[in-house]
Amino acid sequence: MNEYFLLLVSTIFVNNFVLVKFLGLCPFMGSSRKLEVATGMALATTFVLTLSSASSYLVNTYILLPLEIEYLRTIAFILVIAAVVNFTEMVVHKTSPMLYQVLGMFLPLITTNCAVLGVALLNVQTGYGFFESVLFGFGAAIGFSLVMILFASIRERLAVADVPEIFQGAPIGLITAGIMAIAFLGFAGLDKGLH
Amino acid sequence: MITGILAFVALASFFGLVLGLSAVIFKVESSPVVDQIDTLLPQTQCGQCSFAGCHQYAQAIASGDAPINKCPPGGDNLIQSLADLLDVEALPLDETEAAHSGPIVAVIIEDTCIGCTLCIQACPVDAILGAAKQMHTVIENECTGCELCVAPCPVDCIEMIPIKQTISNWRWPEPQYHTNNQAASTIYTTLDQVLAENTQA
Repeated sequence: MNEYFLLLVSTIFVNNFVLVKFLGLCPFMGSSRKLEVATGMALATTFVLTLSSASSYLVNTYILLPLEIEYLRTIAFILVIAAVVNFTEMVVHKTSPMLYQVLGMFLPLITTNCAVLGVALLNVQTGYGFFESVLFGFGAAIGFSLVMILFASIRERLAVADVPEIFQGAPIGLITAGIMAIAFLGFAGLDKGLH
Repeated sequence: MITGILAFVALASFFGLVLGLSAVIFKVESSPVVDQIDTLLPQTQCGQCSFAGCHQYAQAIASGDAPINKCPPGGDNLIQSLADLLDVEALPLDETEAAHSGPIVAVIIEDTCIGCTLCIQACPVDAILGAAKQMHTVIENECTGCELCVAPCPVDCIEMIPIKQTISNWRWPEPQYHTNNQAASTIYTTLDQVLAENTQA
């Protein structure tokens, strides 16, 4: 139990996917201008990451390993994740229009996100079991959501701040992200008991 | 290698089959107009139109809630094709986000002011300073932006300008009451009654 808790803390804070591993920077910068959009993106990513780590684990264990075609792992994961997410999107669209309105447009966008593939590949590299894989994916997604919402909140205020002309827009956003990354380094060592 | 090819062919056709079938089973009927508008939009989901995404903007256009010129990534080409599709006038691109919905404040163009005091009499909050034959000015902090001073001015020297948002007057957007609108108004009414009773007493 303790192990699982540490794994969660480790993926959310210590090895945060955006600010420490620098994966998924595109949606981090791209859709963090409004808090509403960022929240939608965060929810959709949580959904996709958890789902994709589960499905990629299954594909790896039951298709790739028995057939000894592990060298095709990357492309297999992309295929599986894209297909599963598309399928879920259709089901959600039909069954729950409310949920579709929140997640709908983000789902296809993040299918090909590097954080999603990164989680799937890291799961295999570290040799996690099924439950650990899902937990790792979920933790990574919570970390992503946390950073996304924090950053969007900062950027909403930043948009009206009196920023020197050369730093306006993306530059000040990147500087802010850098400072946040430094702040997140403060969590280093919290996961000492892991492994 | 042959195993790899075979496995992938099998995997891909399986997913293709499932997705194809589910596209038929889970088909959602949507308005054809919205779909047509949505296909024209650039699908960047950038939110510069002040809607959450392209599909929401398409819905707003279809229901007539939004003009067709709110999409900077689409540019003039998009506006032209939307105008053709919907059979309306093409408008120039409007890049001002959610045009002037924020608070405004009156400003007197002091060079043109003749000192007639008409605006001072009109102002309900005494936010305009000045005397007869003297130039007037608006105390920005007192002005409520009611526009009552604009009409009386004989030389049209009062302009309403939007207050620029800075870090000191920035606020989180107010919560919007969708479902419990009734509840909110009840609370306010009760508060008003309590206040009125207190003043009487």
